[in-house]
This record gives sequence, structure tokens and C-alpha cells, in this order.
Amino acid sequence: MTLENGWEMVVGLEVHTELKTATKMFCGCANSFGSEPNTNVCPVCLGLPGSLPVLNERAIELAMAIGMALHSRIAPSTFHRKNYFYPDMPKDFQISQYDLPINSGGYLDLPDGSRVSIERAHLEEDTGKSTHLGGSGRIHGADRSLVDYNRSGVPLVEIVSGPDIRSSAQARAYAMELRGILIATGASDGRMEEGSMRIDANVSVRQSADPFGTRCEIKNLNSLRSLQRAIDYEAQRQVELIEAGGTVRQETRHWDEILAVTSTMRIKEEADDYRYFREPDLVDLAPDQAWQDRVRGELPAMPAERRAKLSSRLNEPSDAQVGAVEVVIDLGLDPFVHAAIDHGVDPSLALARAANELAAGLDGITRLSHEAFSVTLSMEQGGELSATQAKTVLGELLARGGDPKAVAAAKGFEQLSSDTLGATVAELIVQYPDEWARYRDGDEKLAQFFIGQVMKLTKGQANGKAVVGELQARR
Amino acid sequence: MKSAAQIAREVQSGATSASVELEASLAAVRARNEELNVFLHVDEEGARAAASRIDDRVARGETVGPLAGVPIAIKDNLCQAGIPTTCSSRILEGWRPPYNATVIDRLVEAGAVPVGKTNLDEFAMGSSTENSAFGPTRNPLDITRVPGGSSGGSAAAVAADMTPIALGSDTGGSIRQPAALCGLVGVKPSYGLVSRYGLIAFASSLDQIGPLSKTVLDSAILLEVIAGHDPMDSTSLPEPSPSLVAHVDDGVAGKRVALVRELVEGADPDVVASVERATVALKDAGATIIELSIPEFRLGLSAYYLIAPAEASSNLARFDGVRYGLRVDADDVTAMMEATRTAGFGAEVKRRIMLGTYALSAGYFDAYYGQALKVRTQMIDAFHRAYQQADLLIGATAPSVAFEFGAKTSNPMAMYLSDVFTIPTNLAGEAAVSVPFGTGEAGLPIGVQLLGPGRSEAQLLAAARVLEIADGRP
Repeated sequence: MTLENGWEMVVGLEVHTELKTATKMFCGCANSFGSEPNTNVCPVCLGLPGSLPVLNERAIELAMAIGMALHSRIAPSTFHRKNYFYPDMPKDFQISQYDLPINSGGYLDLPDGSRVSIERAHLEEDTGKSTHLGGSGRIHGADRSLVDYNRSGVPLVEIVSGPDIRSSAQARAYAMELRGILIATGASDGRMEEGSMRIDANVSVRQSADPFGTRCEIKNLNSLRSLQRAIDYEAQRQVELIEAGGTVRQETRHWDEILAVTSTMRIKEEADDYRYFREPDLVDLAPDQAWQDRVRGELPAMPAERRAKLSSRLNEPSDAQVGAVEVVIDLGLDPFVHAAIDHGVDPSLALARAANELAAGLDGITRLSHEAFSVTLSMEQGGELSATQAKTVLGELLARGGDPKAVAAAKGFEQLSSDTLGATVAELIVQYPDEWARYRDGDEKLAQFFIGQVMKLTKGQANGKAVVGELQARR
Repeated sequence: MKSAAQIAREVQSGATSASVELEASLAAVRARNEELNVFLHVDEEGARAAASRIDDRVARGETVGPLAGVPIAIKDNLCQAGIPTTCSSRILEGWRPPYNATVIDRLVEAGAVPVGKTNLDEFAMGSSTENSAFGPTRNPLDITRVPGGSSGGSAAAVAADMTPIALGSDTGGSIRQPAALCGLVGVKPSYGLVSRYGLIAFASSLDQIGPLSKTVLDSAILLEVIAGHDPMDSTSLPEPSPSLVAHVDDGVAGKRVALVRELVEGADPDVVASVERATVALKDAGATIIELSIPEFRLGLSAYYLIAPAEASSNLARFDGVRYGLRVDADDVTAMMEATRTAGFGAEVKRRIMLGTYALSAGYFDAYYGQALKVRTQMIDAFHRAYQQADLLIGATAPSVAFEFGAKTSNPMAMYLSDVFTIPTNLAGEAAVSVPFGTGEAGLPIGVQLLGPGRSEAQLLAAARVLEIADGRP
């Protein structure tokens, strides 16, 4: 969507990501999603009187890895208490970083070549999760509320972008690229639907050369689609408000996915007073150079680099292939594609099978070796397997594992002998004289017709290229 | 009553048993607890079980630790699994912690027998134990007077011979001042020496757990048991427990001791006289005495009454009725929290929460909390300069002997001034000991305070031992 009459939207995103540590940020409780309520809890993450936090070193490493991937400066940092009362926050304060975050500055380059600056990426703890029953279903007006503290104390990194984003599509691209980085560093699984990656958007509008307008913060963006729709809605709302003579009020707005509107949650007449002060129960965080170097050394290639490497192996990729590259990079399947290409498989075929069949069978991906993937595709390319058969073999390998040749044999995917294929083609020529005549006269489209017929008769066991060979031999 | 050192020795040798000593302790509690209001909870069953475990181990010929069979009183802001822990506040009504404070684990490991939980000023906020929701504790030496506070219950337990030793906590003087008022030895350890895990926080950057006892040796034994690194407390010093008992008789020969003018300023004449006689005793034992002025100490009280309430306002936020303790029902969650906190906290606690909330608020932070932090830095620097001229500092612990009930309750400032001499040590994170030396008005004990840099506990206890001997307790 583009705004009319010279209006420009200005967007900054705050992305909260749960870190994929084995244990919580300040205690030894398991950091896992989906357990029975209030089972992954202890005196520390329940904030029981007398308990004290001890920082999880793995959380620091993952936070540093995110910072390094975003070209941030890693600096000695401190923890503060953000004080406010809320029932799902067991201490009624949140331990967070304030004026001295672990990562400051940095940037993220997007696939379209644009660059979004990063202001900071700091560590903080997550809260518990409230469920409001009956009544309004929100905290005020519910009949009763239940709180699950399993999530309390789960480590989070909050990544704050600069106000550099100028369209909802760019916001989406930023979120996608950032998600790729979080997954690549192993910091997060990036699952928005499980809340392990949560996005708030700050949106304002202005006439292009003017200073920034008053911004509204939009919450409850649970998918990339909501992100994009909510930003468009909000920018348009602000434009219409201003054009009608109104002024934008600084406030927090709630995105309603069903009604597709934003509405006022909380008015910020002045900044919230969280009474931040240094957390006296924690010591300063100053990762030494050796530790930083080790984390940097273990940093894998980031999506942008991997995307470039994969694209370079394709010959002038089509739009569909660019999309396939995105999927493959996003799902971390590029090593399969590279292995297959190294094995002599056509890059387009390797990319297509990874983006479709492997993407569809991701749950079983650990059962499939790069070798088995490459061998299956070589068999398809060499005519030993039809496309349908190759897909079936991949499906079987993802479901149960095994050796491609053995799977193909067990499925009865013996190569159709050229005699059988020749006989089938000869039969069809007799059966469809008109089509054969047109093919002979040079209408290549008819080749597809005959391939289709052969596939029908052989139940998909024939190889398309081999059929064309037979047809051409008889032309 | 026997000292802890004697009980442990005799339990180990078989001359007495943990169970016999415990029954003596329980009898003393029964005899005077109603009158003095020392214990809020006596864990007879748990204590008897602990004592018989010690006796069984002795019977099997095992070595049972430096506090074998020693009954100990625990300030009721320390968590002991399954035992009611109240901080002398209504707001924790009915709460039993599911876990032990690190110091409790270490006591049990050393063979000690926790007898029960002692009264305190609510959330350790006070200097007389009058701020308890469960009524004041009386000073066993004169029941018309306060035992000091906030560890008044622990001090009274020892002074009344209910237990030979007790644990207290000291945020601005809450061990040393009641020790002085009850005629006991009390130690505020260096910040980080003793794990705070399981101590219900008042002001996290100031709180330390420490011993109360009749003798210097008993404090040394107890502190050695509870000190040393704890991975559960991020502010815990990295090193193991220091050797204290072995150095108790090291004396003060060759030590430079500075009498600090600001640490006697405004004290009653009998208190000043005791401090002066103590310097003479140290000199007689071979120390060099100098006099120093540390004007920064005068700023301590103001800084403390911003920093401690600020931290407390945050530490005490969790008492909101949602998860444990008191809940006063109301229409919605915010109203429930307000009603609970209104009913659950006493006046002094509310006063400090409000003070601290204000000091941290936007627009006031720099002028109050921020300024107090600067004073704190100055205080640390001032101590550092003093310790270039002296090994130890000496002054009064409290401005007066034990005062009468109600004497200071109507004027919070007068009460706050009880801690004027003890606060600087907490702000700087350093160590100090209060040791009885002489008596004053009405024959009541006077405490002399010895101050040292961080990790100087061995030196401080050795100096306290010199005064103990000079005061006629060899």
C-alpha cells in the first residue's frame, strides 16, 4: 500500500525474542513451551521472598550473537529494575537493561538493498502469562484470572530498530530478515504463533520532508500478515485523521485481527514512570574479549550471505526461484541444495525439491542426509526415477529414513525398460494418429500430451525425458 | 548458659548431648517467651529431630561440625523450609517458604539446631522491634526498655539465655545496635561475605546476615560457618569462608586504631566515656591510637534514608496478594492489591515505601536517589582514605543505652538517629563489630563499635576479643 497526497509513513519495530536456552534467565528451571501450567517454576522465577537471580551465561552468549549478527557494539552493561504492578510479573518488577544495554547500534541489510538501523538489542526477562476467564476476557472486567508462571523468567532480547522503515512491506521484510538471523544464530526458533518472537510497531506519518509526526505503538501483532495489515491501517488512519483536521495522540493501540482495525489501549499523556534503578542483586555484565571472540568464532553464516551464495549458483534465477531461495534460506535447507549441486544435480532441480518436498517434510529433516538427498535427485536426473517417484522416495526418506536406492526398489520403482517404454509409445501413436501427425509437423506442445498419456498407462513410472527421446526417434 | 563453643565441644566429646542442650534451651524459652515476646514461632518438633540426628551421629563416632548441638535463634526474615516466616508482617500471614536460606543449610551442615524464628521490626525497618505486627520484644536486661532493632528478637534470645547464638540481619545497624543494647557481640560482615539467598530483602545493596552472641569466639565460630561463596547469590564474594576462629586471639599489637570524632558525636556522655576507655584498653594491648574526623559520615543517615527505602519500595512490591500471604478481596486485581497492601503493611513500612517510591520517581530521581548514590561513593572514598591512616576505626555503636518503650515511636527522625553510627559501614559495604564495653545509665550495657575495611573480620574480632578481656570476660 502507498499513502497518497505526499504522505509518508515512518515505522520503527521493537522485536522481542525469547532465547532458546535450556534453562531460564536467572534460575535452573526448564525453558520450554507447552508444559502443564506452573510446572517449570522455582522460588527464583516465582519471585518468592528471599530468592535471588543468577544470570544464565548462555543467555548472554545468545544476546551477544544477535548483536554481532546485527553489527552492534558489545559493551559492558548493567541490569535495572522496571517497576510496575502486574499479576503475571511475580516480583512486580521486571529485570531489564536500561541505559547500558549489552548491544548498542548496528544495522540490518534487507534483500531489497535497503538498510535499517538498529538502536539497541538488550536482555530482559519475560513475564508469566495471564488467562482471563468470563466477563470481558481482558484483565478489567473478567470474572477471574489464572496465571501461568512457566514463562516467567524466560530470557528475552528486545531488538529496537531506528525509525527507518517507510512501508509495511519493508517492515515485513525487516521482520523476516531478523527472524532469519535469530534462527541462524540459534538464539530463537522465531515462532510468532507461539510468542517466541513478538513485534510491536511504532507508526507515524508525515509529509515527506517534514520532521517525524506523533507516533502510536501498535501491539498484538501475532503474525507477519498482521504486522503488515496493522501498519497500513494505522498509517492510513493517521493520514485521514490529520487531513480531517485532527491531530494524532501518542498512545498504545491494540490490533484487532478479526475487525482489522487498531484501537486505543492506553493513552500516554506522559512517559510511564517505571522508576528504573540498578538491580542491586546482579553484578555488572562485562563479557571479556576472549569470550566475545569465542562467540564470534562460533557465529554461523547469516541469511544474507547464504542467500547470495545460493543465488550465485543459479543461472539468472526466475522470480519463482528467488522465492524458492527465500524459503530454503528461511528453513535452513540451503546445505542440502549445495550438497546436491556439488553432486552434479542441476541447481534448479535441487532448489525446487528443497523448497517443495523438503520444506513440506521439515519435521523429518534429521532423517535425511545430504548424501541421500543428492543421490535421489541424481536418480531422477538420470532417468532412473520419474519426478513423481523421486518425490515419493523423498517423502519416504523424510518419514522413515533409509537408503534411496533401497527405498526405490522396495516401492517397485524399477526403471521402465526402454523396450516397454518404446512399445507403449508405439501403441499411443497408433491410438492418436491426429496428435501424432501434428507433433511430427513440429508442434512440440504435443510432446506433453504423449508424456501425459504414457504416465497414465505406466502409473507415473516413466521418465519424461525418456518419453521425449522415444517420440523423437519415431518422428 | 554455656557458650556455643563449649556446647559443641561437649556434644562432640559426649560430655553432653544435643538433646539435653536443646531441652535446656526450650525450657528457657518457655520460662520467658511470654514476658519478652522473643520467638514468633518455636519449632520444637523440628529442633528435637535435628538434635537427635546430631546425637545419633556422635554415637556412630562421626565428627559433627563446629556448631554440633548448638541451639540457635533465627531472625524471622530468613527462610526456613516449612517453617512460618513472617518478617513480623501481617502481609506474610500463613506463608511457609518451600526452601531454606543458604545460611540455614550451612548451619544444619555444621550441626546447629535451629530453635525458632525471632521477632523483628516489620521487614527489618526499625531500631527498637516496636514496629512488629506481633507486638514489641522486651529487653531481657530491663523489660521496660527496648532490645534495639531490627534484630531485637534475636538479641533478646541470646541475652535471655534462650540460645547461645542467633542470626540477625544488618541493613543499617540492625545487628550491632541491638547487640549494644542487649550487651552482646554482633557482627555486620563485609557485603558479600555471607550469602543473602533466602534473606527476605529490605535493601538488597545494604543487607547482610551476621551473628549475635555473648562471646567474641562464638560470633567467630558462627560467622565462619555461614560465610563463603554461594553460587545462588550473584553478589556473594568469590572466595571461601575466611579463617576467623584461628585468629581470635591475635590481639592488636602494632595495629593503628583511629577514634572517629563523628562516631561519638551526639552520643550520651556515658557512651563516649566507654569508647574512650576502650581506646585506652587497645593502646594497653599494643595498638597505636590516633584521632580522625570523617565529615562524610554526617551525610550517611540522609543517603541511607533514600537508598534503603528506594530499594525497599521495589523489593516489597511482590507482596501483592496474588501468590502468597495475605489477600484482601476486592472488585478487580488492582483494588485487591491496594486493599491487601493497605491491610498488610504497618505504618513504618508504608512510610518507607512511599519515601522510596518518591525518591525513584521521574523528576525527583536525580535530586534524591541519584544524589544519595553520589554520597555513597563519597562515603566509600572517605573510608578508603581513613584506612590509609588506620587499620581499624573505633566509635560508639549507638548514641545511648537501651531506651524505654515509646520513647522514639512518635518521632521517626529520633528513631532513625539510633543508627547514625552504624549506617556508614553498610553504605560502604564494609565490616564492623559491636562489642560490650562497660555500662552506663541504670547499669545497662554500652556497645563499642570497631570498623574495618572489607574482609577485615579476623582483625575486627581479634580487637573485639581484646576489649572483651579488658572488660572482664576472659
